[in-house]
Amino acid sequence: MTDSTAAAAPVAAANPLRRRQSTFGRLMRHRLFVSGLVLLGLMVLMAIFADLLATHNPVQVRARFRFRPPSFDNFFGTDNFGRDIYTRVVYGARLSISIGFAVVLLTAIAGTAIGLISGYVRRLDNFLMRIMDALMAFPTIILALALSAALGPSAFNIVVALSVVYTPRVARVVRASVLVVREADYVHAAQAVGASNLRIMIEHILPNSMAPLVVQLSFVFAYAVIAEAVLSFLGVGPPPPTPSWGSIIAEGKDYIREAAWITLFPGIAIAMTVLGLNLLGDGLRDVLDPRMNVDNR
Amino acid sequence: MGRYIVQRVLAAFPVLLIVTLISFCIMQLVPGDPAVVMAGPQATAKEVEQVRVQLGLDKPFLTQLGTWLYGLLQGDLGRSILLGRGVSQAIGERLPITLTLALLSFLLTVAIGIPAGVIAALRQNTWIDQTVMTVALIGVSLPNFWLGLMLIIFFSVVLDLLPAGGYVTLSQGFWPWFKSLLLPSLSLGLLQMGLLARITRSTMLEVLRQDYIRTARAKGLPAFKVVAKHAFKNALIPIVTIIGIIFSLLLTGSVVIETVYSLPGLGRLLATSIFSRDYPVIQGGLLLTAAMFVGINLLVDVLYAFLDPRVRYD
Repeated sequence: MTDSTAAAAPVAAANPLRRRQSTFGRLMRHRLFVSGLVLLGLMVLMAIFADLLATHNPVQVRARFRFRPPSFDNFFGTDNFGRDIYTRVVYGARLSISIGFAVVLLTAIAGTAIGLISGYVRRLDNFLMRIMDALMAFPTIILALALSAALGPSAFNIVVALSVVYTPRVARVVRASVLVVREADYVHAAQAVGASNLRIMIEHILPNSMAPLVVQLSFVFAYAVIAEAVLSFLGVGPPPPTPSWGSIIAEGKDYIREAAWITLFPGIAIAMTVLGLNLLGDGLRDVLDPRMNVDNR
Repeated sequence: MGRYIVQRVLAAFPVLLIVTLISFCIMQLVPGDPAVVMAGPQATAKEVEQVRVQLGLDKPFLTQLGTWLYGLLQGDLGRSILLGRGVSQAIGERLPITLTLALLSFLLTVAIGIPAGVIAALRQNTWIDQTVMTVALIGVSLPNFWLGLMLIIFFSVVLDLLPAGGYVTLSQGFWPWFKSLLLPSLSLGLLQMGLLARITRSTMLEVLRQDYIRTARAKGLPAFKVVAKHAFKNALIPIVTIIGIIFSLLLTGSVVIETVYSLPGLGRLLATSIFSRDYPVIQGGLLLTAAMFVGINLLVDVLYAFLDPRVRYD
């Protein structure tokens, strides 16, 4: 918000191998991190094994079975088309998690590239950061909505829109840590022996800027899952009948008086996924990057 | 101080300029012909042509941009064909509702979030701290539109205490007005409350470890005075900086919360415009919300320098 260099991360030191082991150990002893990992792991497993877990066809309309409350046949009840909510929630996990993962991947690549260049090549810094500032000035959902409205409703376009929206956050975090790392002695040493800029960026600066990047990405994942749900809820997500948590809630919205279960369960799925990611992010931050504050989002 | 303010204002200009360009260019992203998309699937070639002329799409890009910027300087954001009126008017009518909702949400956020964070910090690692932090963590994890629907189920359907949606103007009485906004601002505010409570707690914990707090305690100041005067005042500085973020989150949230509660605000207008591909309104709404955010951040920066004199000399 104000000065991004102030949020710069501490520089990791010493033997990388040894540090990695102890970091892993410390993460595994972090109770909240482990609970986040378990929660997220469950959702990821659900997404991967959706075909095995599903009890019905997620898109088949069965008018006879409309508005069935939760039972042994339909764990989470059925919707206004008689579709099984449990099955749709399970397949919704596949969509949400893959969209979230794709957004993380794209923002990681774009954000790291922009952050590295901006932090290391000072001539481009001002230009790149003003563009990032401008993108961050838009309220996220409104920009994502406008982008996906312009591009058209599809899962791919949601990924593009959300990546555009969240890349600046990643870029700023990477840039901030690059600004610290680039003054380190080992970078000066590499420059002195004549290593190329590209090599210095990739071999020396990038690995040592990893911690805040990883923390930020876990939060980007969480935002992306919520944002996808919001976009689908507002009707710019993948077109129906694709089961998305947001669109199931949107369909259930008109029936909350008589069939609240349609809305209830997909929301719980979103909350569990996001809670898992938040716990994971908090844990990563505590262990990898203790000086980073909760306000760095 | 004067120089600092001028500096911040100057720094905001390029950002505003890029924001304006991005807002304008959104329509250029539409694959194919925006006029065809806007005119709808049943439109004849003549109607499409009409839309094209009305939107100015028949002119070259730079002319379009120039016309838009020229109008912008006069407060004119163009015309919405679908609404049959000026975009500035349409937004101007809806904005007060969104701002009222955002303000009410903001008050709730501050009134609950900050004390919760302070209490959690003062009772660190007790059950109070753990409860507050658990609730805050759940708060930042719940999707607000879903929370809104759950609140409707509980307070409107089950308890029948509050309306499930719709807006009542203040002229129809304070209580009906307040009741129509209570659930929306609660569901809009919970995320920010959680965020604020978490930040307040961590900054308070940091401040409470400082030497001057120990000194204040050692010289025998009453505990309340130490917390209120010495600790809280210093913890406020980082808290103030996230007000800009909170405001942006409130605007973002208003799109979906106004849809859930059928409130005729700016967020709802944007959501419906996006659905009907009403590009002039989308452009105007994007620009306005981003400009408000830049403005709020400018204010926050100045306030920040006012609270913490060190910032001015950076």
